[in-house]
Amino acid sequence: MKLDRTTIAIGVITVGLLAASPLLPKWAMSLLNVSLCYGTVVLGMMLLMRTGLVSFGHGLYYCLGAYAAGTVDQMLKLPDMALMVAAGAAATGIVAAILGLLLARYRDIFFAMLSLAFSMILYGLLVKSSALGSTDGFNISAKTLFGVALVDDARRYAGFGITVVLTTLSAFALNLYLRSHRGRLAEAIRDNELRVEYMGASVRATIHLHYVISAVLAGIGGALMAINIGHIDPEMTYWPQSGEFVFIAILSGTGNVFAPLGGALVFETIRSFAYEYSPNTWQMVLGITMLVVMIFLPGGLWSLLQRRKPA
Amino acid sequence: MKIGTVLRACVAVTAALGISLSAQAQDKKTSIKIGFVTFLSGPAAGPFGVPAKVAAEAIVESLNAGKAPPPYQSKGIGGLPIELVIIDEAGGATKQVSEYRTLVQRQDVDVVIGYIGSGDCLAVAPVAEELKKLTVLLDCGTPRIFEDASYKYVFRTRPHATMDAVAATMYLLDNRPAVKRVSGINQNYAYGQDSWNDFEATIKTMKPAVEIISSQMPKFGAGQYGAEISALISSTPDVIHSSLWGGDLEAFMLQAQPRDLFKSAQLVLVAGEPYLHRLPGKIPDGTIVGARGTNGVFAQDSPFKRWLVEVYKAKAGLEPNYPAYSTAQSFLGLKAAYEKAMRDKIGSAIPMGAAKNVKEEMEKAYSPPNQEEIIAAFEKLTFDSPSGKVKMALGKGHQAVMGTAYGTTRFENGVVKVGNIKYYEAERVTPPEGVTSLDWIKSGFKRPN
Repeated sequence: MKLDRTTIAIGVITVGLLAASPLLPKWAMSLLNVSLCYGTVVLGMMLLMRTGLVSFGHGLYYCLGAYAAGTVDQMLKLPDMALMVAAGAAATGIVAAILGLLLARYRDIFFAMLSLAFSMILYGLLVKSSALGSTDGFNISAKTLFGVALVDDARRYAGFGITVVLTTLSAFALNLYLRSHRGRLAEAIRDNELRVEYMGASVRATIHLHYVISAVLAGIGGALMAINIGHIDPEMTYWPQSGEFVFIAILSGTGNVFAPLGGALVFETIRSFAYEYSPNTWQMVLGITMLVVMIFLPGGLWSLLQRRKPA
Repeated sequence: MKIGTVLRACVAVTAALGISLSAQAQDKKTSIKIGFVTFLSGPAAGPFGVPAKVAAEAIVESLNAGKAPPPYQSKGIGGLPIELVIIDEAGGATKQVSEYRTLVQRQDVDVVIGYIGSGDCLAVAPVAEELKKLTVLLDCGTPRIFEDASYKYVFRTRPHATMDAVAATMYLLDNRPAVKRVSGINQNYAYGQDSWNDFEATIKTMKPAVEIISSQMPKFGAGQYGAEISALISSTPDVIHSSLWGGDLEAFMLQAQPRDLFKSAQLVLVAGEPYLHRLPGKIPDGTIVGARGTNGVFAQDSPFKRWLVEVYKAKAGLEPNYPAYSTAQSFLGLKAAYEKAMRDKIGSAIPMGAAKNVKEEMEKAYSPPNQEEIIAAFEKLTFDSPSGKVKMALGKGHQAVMGTAYGTTRFENGVVKVGNIKYYEAERVTPPEGVTSLDWIKSGFKRPN
């Protein structure tokens, strides 16, 4: 198999991040951690956007992944990081496969609104369940990785390690998929569904598949976030959270699997410093960033890198 | 493309900024840097967050100038001026955990004071423990923090929410022993649900004959209460319990008043005290109001109360309300603990002449206390605040208890007055160590002797 540049870059970055982790200041590590978790969710958003769909309800899967991880920790008393992520991926995969039956029929604003509706249903359910802590949520604490007990700093590094590995693995797999026969259908569907059907491919099956993939990525991101943050609450499926994913996806652009990861890092960095330096107007800083990107870089931040390549 | 180049430069500058800021060197200790986290945006900013921020700024100015009443007269904290870093609590628990790490690891604060939302407190407490950073929870109410876990680095200088319901029920039954039918309207989120569950459990324990007829749970920030008001009217209660606060409370009062809901039913507002000045004319006479602890109109006159009223009024032009009292309590608690740690150090130093290295020993005794020493002094501390005496009695000495009060409103010359005030000592309205709130209520308020 011939390796493309993206695959090589993913490999280099994975090794680089893991090797650099002991040298990073602690705050930078947690910033990277959060960015990578967001990045994983936005990878899924990118796939949907390439297919011509915008989901305003991906918080549903992000939250579901986190709560699945929390259930494994709290109810089953199996606080293993790998198991928690697997539970997050499995739960979101199943739910998305079912909801996809309905959602794959819709496009544009109808798809966006329906996905938003489902995410708000989960929000409503969680707020009503006192046993799950209602709006306060609950704390979770991953204590092992593949059965190996972790304490203090080891836990932090393990959390970072599993986040880096799973995020880059997701990026690698998605990159592979996007270059495959079916993966290339995404843009074709966005451009002209009718033509895709005439070519003999099923638009609905492809959209359904892409919906499930993006949901599983969001579930993984949510479970990783739960592990790294140690607390989950229904805010994760509230609409501003879903909006934030759309925000990062637009900020990043859909040109390459690196775009969502880089975009999430830029977004988190700006937000974190805005919190620190303009506590009263941090939302405005993010808004202005968004405006600037939309006006001058309609293809997202990724187009900055793309222009270097000859067309 | 020119713009492309500019943007590329922007991204590079952002990255460089991050790196350079992390490389700042640390000087010798000349101040105490406190990270203060409170809502600066969102629905809780108006009623809670911003008053807390204004209070923090006013208190820090006054403490730094050495103008607080004794025993808080020393400048700043232990002679070192306080430096405040204020950040927004909005955005949910995930962001708050990230920002907490930023405060501790990038900004390198000495202490974090803050958090009004219970979810934020629950999320931040284990991280404080992981990062080993002294953290004083400002105002969140959930008893789960120290009932579900125990922490070394986390303190809460405010009492938790259980006493709201317990004291409200005692007050209600004292003043209206014939009460038969009770309804409730509470927001559908953790605090609203807990308030109602505590109240329901308390009243059923204290007076099993009372009938609970209707519990309305509008969503947080609903704004429209037409359906709930209809349901309350048709349930014909004697008493309506409510933990509504802020804009929700104002909207509910405004909509319920013209429909004569309060003609036959007496209202109990467990979180009503901070809004009295905003509700004149809308709050019916005979409404039972309280707020967690003896704040505002319930605070008894003391030099500490007079001090808070003076510094807050000078800054905000208003009487300090509930969050301002919370803020004062957290800063004074920290100051009391820090200065007690200083005294303990000097007190336990080897007496002059007895030591071999007198100079070194004395220098050590007079150096600023480290975090472990402050924590040791903070545990089980009793200190004075504008709301009265505060005892760090629960959660192994990390959770404050204090008395609370309820009163009845009366509209007089355009202002709401609170009369018939009754005080409840902490021991009567707070569960003992090691018993969760709901278990304590259901056990009939048992207390080991």
